[in-house]
Amino acid sequence: MNIVEAVNEALKDEMKEDKNVIAYGEDVGEDGGVFRATKDLQEEFGQDRIFSSPLAESGIAGTAIGMSLYGFRPVVEMQFSGFSYLAFYQIKEHASRMRMRSRDSFEVPLTVRAPYGGGISALEHHSESPEAFYAHSQGLHVVVPSTPQDTYSLLRKSIQSDDPVVFLEPKKTYRAFKEEVDKDKEVELEKAAVRKEGTDATIISWGAMMPLANKVAEESNADIEVIDLRTIYPTDWETVIDSVQKTGRALVLHEAPKTAGFGAEVATKINEEAILHLEAPVMRVTGPDVPVPLYTLEDYYMPDKKRVNNKLEELLEF
Amino acid sequence: MSRETIYKGEIKRIEVMDTEDEDDFPWLEEEEYRELYRKMVLARKFDEKAFTLQRRGEISTYAPHKGQEAAQVGITFVMNDDDWMVPSFRETAAFIGRGADLTKLFQRWMGDARGQKDSGKNLPVAIPVATQNLHTAGIGMAMEKKEDDNAVVGFTGDGSTSEGDFHEALNFAGVFNAHSIFFVQNNQYAISLPVERQTNSKTIAQKALAYGIEGIQVDGNDILAVIKAGEEALEKARNGNPVLIEAHTYRLQDHTTSDDSTRYRDEEEVKEWQEKDPLKRFREYLQDHDMWDKDLEQFEDEAEEMINEAAEKAMEIDDPELEDLFDYVYKNNPELLEEEKQKYIELYKGGGN
Repeated sequence: MNIVEAVNEALKDEMKEDKNVIAYGEDVGEDGGVFRATKDLQEEFGQDRIFSSPLAESGIAGTAIGMSLYGFRPVVEMQFSGFSYLAFYQIKEHASRMRMRSRDSFEVPLTVRAPYGGGISALEHHSESPEAFYAHSQGLHVVVPSTPQDTYSLLRKSIQSDDPVVFLEPKKTYRAFKEEVDKDKEVELEKAAVRKEGTDATIISWGAMMPLANKVAEESNADIEVIDLRTIYPTDWETVIDSVQKTGRALVLHEAPKTAGFGAEVATKINEEAILHLEAPVMRVTGPDVPVPLYTLEDYYMPDKKRVNNKLEELLEF
Repeated sequence: MSRETIYKGEIKRIEVMDTEDEDDFPWLEEEEYRELYRKMVLARKFDEKAFTLQRRGEISTYAPHKGQEAAQVGITFVMNDDDWMVPSFRETAAFIGRGADLTKLFQRWMGDARGQKDSGKNLPVAIPVATQNLHTAGIGMAMEKKEDDNAVVGFTGDGSTSEGDFHEALNFAGVFNAHSIFFVQNNQYAISLPVERQTNSKTIAQKALAYGIEGIQVDGNDILAVIKAGEEALEKARNGNPVLIEAHTYRLQDHTTSDDSTRYRDEEEVKEWQEKDPLKRFREYLQDHDMWDKDLEQFEDEAEEMINEAAEKAMEIDDPELEDLFDYVYKNNPELLEEEKQKYIELYKGGGN
């Protein structure tokens, strides 16, 4: 199955297993969502458990917090991550703080799904990569899968989590490739994946940038290790640090703008934990420090092979 | 062309005290009337004590509810144990109405989150105005989905009715037949801004009509009127018909202990509302109806003692341990948080410099 089918399948299996799992958001009912991530689920589970809601992101997230407090495990969809900022307050200041505020008496087992990222010639506000905002919102899990298997396994884990999860889906690669998904395979939150082992340098990336990271690594003459961070926060630093201690060189690749992007955190952590192993400064290939443009300029915005290859060369030759 | 009226709405106001048929409302047992008065006194004494403690530096900031006791004690009086409460930050009287532990209430005002632990079906207070209304809507939606026959009462204020979350909450509640009551205490001011400049609507209650839910205004300083409105609204909400109650009241004190309300309202106005003090009015009602007795007269002293004792106990509680800073962010500490915690423990408790 492909990534969007994996979303659908994970939701379906969780809804089968736990009657408290419900799903809603804009157009997720009859329509199955604008990307069809919830396709046919209403037919199977009825409109009591999966339904379209009024068009209000804060309303969706805020009511889902209320439903969580009362015992449901809502999975709500933000139609595009660029619209999730309207719900940011509810997610950051309430979903993530209810446990702390009540000393464990209340919890919010909520999953907020949102397709994220650019490269699909979409309208303005339809291409953002907001992972750094959510990673800086203490109390959340921030997950960005890159494969159908991880999407399936991590979405199920997210729904089962008793803490709130922001689940950012790489919409550029929703249907880009298929793979066999083993439904029994467990993937833990807070665990990164080493996609390719290597000894000369480490590329750290996530989500829709992973195909690019893998391709550059494969084609390089050097022996490149590739890490898929996949659960952005809480971060699996051990996997990152172990790798960089081995290779001595690190490149972070993400779509979001450079300044204060999550790559800055990765670079700092490597400095703190592995500076004596470094042969070169940690380098970054990211979106430029501009808003995601209207799509005639998008190709310049999105990190591409040319930018990654150049930076990798610089890193290896430093 | 044609131009027909396709919608007409109206808002009613409920009052009981000082109306011709005020005696027709003996729904309560005599002892219940007295219990209501005692709760109001207890809430007033808490307010006074908290204010003093703030001046003494035991509490950093306090939001007084003086003048709003009838609204808060009245609505919580008609709630059942299995009903939920979603408070804003000025709801200490409502917590007292719900039978909350007084020591824990002081503890929370003293900046210790443990005061909000194990509070039953009462959520912790929400400070950002209006945001909690969506939780009121969501809990009410969940009740409807689970086919439970309880309801949730969410508190909010006149200022919050300008926020988007307030409107989204009413809209969701209406669409999904939430078992929700939005209890708006219109206390005339959002910090310094009078309600006339908060909204051009004549009432807050009428805002409900736009969302297809019922709105009613009640004299919020008349505890019997609040009880009447609350009983009717709960009956409806339990059956999936959300209600907005506008309790028309007045904040007799400053917004918080950091505020100086003389900068934006004059003494005359405050004096007028002091005449309508809900405690004073209810006391007169009880006297007029031969329910006032010596025990009630003496209760002021008793209440003061209870409050003093609770405050003393709260002050004796040690501050939470350093570990508490980290241990309630996630259900289980992620590795990076556990590591950070250990470093802090070593630094602050390791005995070194």
